[in-house]
Amino acid sequence: MLALLVLLPLLAFVAILAGAPARKAALAAGAANLVLGLWAATCWQNDKLWSLSLPVLEKPALNLAFAFSDGMSVIMVLVSVIVTLAALLSGKAPEGRETLYYGSSLLISAGAIGAFAATDLFFFYAFHELALIPTFLMIGILGRGDRKEAAWKITIYLGVGSIILLAGLVWLANLAGTFDIPTMVRAAQEGSLVIDAASQKSIAALLIVGFGVLVSLFPFHSWAAPAYASAPAPTAMLHAGVLKKFGLYGLLRIAIPLVPEGMNAWLVPLLVLLVGNILWVGLVTINQKRLDLMLGNSSVMHMGYIFLAIAALAAAKANGQVNDLAQPAAVLLMFAHGISIAMLFGLADRIERNTGTLELSDLGGLAKSAPGLAFLFGMVGMASIGLPGLANFAGEVMVFLSAFRNYDPAAGLGPVQIACILAIWGVVISAVYMLRAYRKIFQGPSVRATEAAADLTFADRIPVLLLAVALLAVGLYPNLLLSLLK
Amino acid sequence: MPAYYLEALTVFLGLVLLMVEAFGPRDSKKLIGFTAAAGLAFIFILSFFAYGPEAKPDATWAKWPLWNFYAFDGLARFYKGFALVCTILVVLMSLDYRSILSRFTDDQESENGTGEYFALPVFACAGMMWMASAKDLAGAFVALELVTITFYILVAYLRRNVGSLEAGVKYLILGALSTGFLVYGIAWIYGSTGTMSLAQLPASIANLQSPTPLLFGIALVLIALGFKIGAVPMQAWIPDVYQGAPTPTTAFLSVGSKAAGFILLIRFLDPLLQPGSPIASQVTLMLAIMAGATLLFGNLAAIGQGNFKRLLAYSSIAHAGFLILALAAWKPTNESGLGSVQSVSFYLATYLLMTLASFFILAQVRIQDGSEEINAFNGLGKRNPTLAIGLTLIMAALAGVPLTAGFLGKFFVFSLAVEAKLWWGVGLAFIGAAAGFYYYFKIIRAIWWEAPADGAKPLVLPQITRTCVVAMTVATLVLGVWPQPILWLLQ
Repeated sequence: MLALLVLLPLLAFVAILAGAPARKAALAAGAANLVLGLWAATCWQNDKLWSLSLPVLEKPALNLAFAFSDGMSVIMVLVSVIVTLAALLSGKAPEGRETLYYGSSLLISAGAIGAFAATDLFFFYAFHELALIPTFLMIGILGRGDRKEAAWKITIYLGVGSIILLAGLVWLANLAGTFDIPTMVRAAQEGSLVIDAASQKSIAALLIVGFGVLVSLFPFHSWAAPAYASAPAPTAMLHAGVLKKFGLYGLLRIAIPLVPEGMNAWLVPLLVLLVGNILWVGLVTINQKRLDLMLGNSSVMHMGYIFLAIAALAAAKANGQVNDLAQPAAVLLMFAHGISIAMLFGLADRIERNTGTLELSDLGGLAKSAPGLAFLFGMVGMASIGLPGLANFAGEVMVFLSAFRNYDPAAGLGPVQIACILAIWGVVISAVYMLRAYRKIFQGPSVRATEAAADLTFADRIPVLLLAVALLAVGLYPNLLLSLLK
Repeated sequence: MPAYYLEALTVFLGLVLLMVEAFGPRDSKKLIGFTAAAGLAFIFILSFFAYGPEAKPDATWAKWPLWNFYAFDGLARFYKGFALVCTILVVLMSLDYRSILSRFTDDQESENGTGEYFALPVFACAGMMWMASAKDLAGAFVALELVTITFYILVAYLRRNVGSLEAGVKYLILGALSTGFLVYGIAWIYGSTGTMSLAQLPASIANLQSPTPLLFGIALVLIALGFKIGAVPMQAWIPDVYQGAPTPTTAFLSVGSKAAGFILLIRFLDPLLQPGSPIASQVTLMLAIMAGATLLFGNLAAIGQGNFKRLLAYSSIAHAGFLILALAAWKPTNESGLGSVQSVSFYLATYLLMTLASFFILAQVRIQDGSEEINAFNGLGKRNPTLAIGLTLIMAALAGVPLTAGFLGKFFVFSLAVEAKLWWGVGLAFIGAAAGFYYYFKIIRAIWWEAPADGAKPLVLPQITRTCVVAMTVATLVLGVWPQPILWLLQ
């Protein structure tokens, strides 16, 4: 069944190439995947139902294998299917470009789901790359503004990042003698796979930089904001919401269990970089004059919190301590951020379509003419600041708590705690830019662009509400997701 | 059927084609092209039923001294099939390229005088097939020369085109130089070991007093083979010759000739790198240096190219670098995982698909737009969307994007290099792969992001080219997920 989740978007893509109506085929696949994903969340432990393994190479053994190895995969697949359907619903293809538009979105979705569901290191990597190419094409062909430059930048950055990552993965697979991730992790836990400290350190460096580029870790983040700003709405939603989480997922799935000492060896540099993500990029975000650039930068900034949870986990693991908060915190925040940033990009696209601009200085008073839009934007804006009752709050609080999980007052503040104290300032920064943007766009006197702006129609509301419900449900009752991680 | 019949039949086919050329229709050479393709396809099928003397040790032919010069095993069968498939595709490409051929030969209006262009590749194919069976340095030399001399003619075939003539002269001079290296190297090897038979080399090496003369000979032979496979230090001819030669010849050079060079290199290295060989570390060091230099040169020089054919030329050097790296990280076949020979063979098979498909498309762009520059591909996404998707996939495969066959080839090479702990080789290979991303994506960028030139017509592919391109693109994708079929062929 799990393979079906990957296969459905691909089949829809082939059908579109063969001439099926693009929007209908894409929506059918997206809706079917949402149903399948929700069903998976209820019974993912059933291995017979949700796993598949096809041998593609005998020596070395290589399997096209999908399975839910733990609740993290389920949650990532869930966020993928939710955002995919929302992205497909909310986008509007330019005349004559439906094939490319919906086809690319489907490919990105298939690649992301495949990467989150694969248990084979080879296909884990391969599916992520599959999703990158349509991303480049969408930005380069259908993007806005400086599309060519933005697309070329993301191509080079992510291409080089993937290759660095590949070096680390090949090295790991070589030491482990297998491509099967669960087997590798089991061997590392049982002690039959021992990686010496020097190799751990080098592999961890490759993985941090490789995955880090993909997640826009400071200072490798400069591709993200321009790419999201010029990408068509569904691409921005899918990449910022889903595909980017691949790097974090990879660090949690591969780097932490297999090279914990190596990760710990780079703890302080990693902490410095993630604080750079939160504070430096946060200040850059405050300074943005366009909504799309602001959102792009804010998504870079929020990655810092998830890195903080990963760093806390690495520190605990290498010192033989238990940090049972860090992984759930990271996963919860990945989910919440994925949904909220997708919703923000979706709404920003609406604002642009209804008013014709995203320059903050050209907007104002939109709440009068478009109250529905204002309410939903306000809600998701609050979510991304971390208002209690919405999913991001639960995630951020858990991240901060996890940083203090093994805090020993007698020993004083460790590097993780210091980084956490600095990171908390990020909440203030988020509040500043998000509230300011809200005020500039929706409040004050109406201006020319917003006077006659239309509100969301019923059809426009469906994708946004889908995302809003997910945010609220998990925010009010985080155990919906956390119980999957037990 | 005894295996050597295959080469005999191929040569016979070439002679028949010359007869058809002499007595067939003057104005159209379609017949001779299709005869060549059909004949080669027939021989390809026969190759699955061929066997060596081990299968029938009692037969008269099995006792012939021929078998001292001629080996037949899974590897030989694979590379004979490789040469045949490559030649068939090149002949098919030439069929669609006839308009350019006739423009630069005697008479613009008729195809008179272009018939040999279909017969010569068949002779080259026979040479490549023989190289796959090389068992003796003298025999290998003869086979190699058959290929090289045929290519002298094929490269300079457009005799009213200055570029083609210039390419021919360059290829001739450097080819002659490399022949000199080869013969001189063989002489040193013979002088220090007393044998030219590759099978007897390991025993002679074990009893050597001093390995220095032998190593000198090996270095010379490696340089000479470097000419065939397009490796540093004999890579200088590649860009100019690729650019000047008729496109089908370029494709043949870059795939067939390179693969034949690699099988000969594998046959040559196998006895030198046997377990316990006293010179193994020196030989792999030489290979590693060649690999590193080739990777750097090919990939970095490709970055600045604006001409698609030159870009493919540098890309062919770059791929040679990856392939030599796999050989430098020598790993025998019978152990767990893929050995060097299997990895190289798999890589070459995927390289054949990707490169020939690119040349098929390039040939059509040349015919219909008269240009081989990258900007001739501008706006291909609008001019022929299906072809644009195909070319995008092929370029992504050449760059090594996962789920295409090109990625698996590189992946196997990286795994081997990591296993052999050739760290700086791995580093250079990763730099090369990253550079590859840049220059192959330049094509994708031109296809999709740039507007077509004013008044550009839709690009329509003729039937043969379309079928071949579709087949190769699909095969690239299938092998990217399911590589096992190639490895079955290798057994």
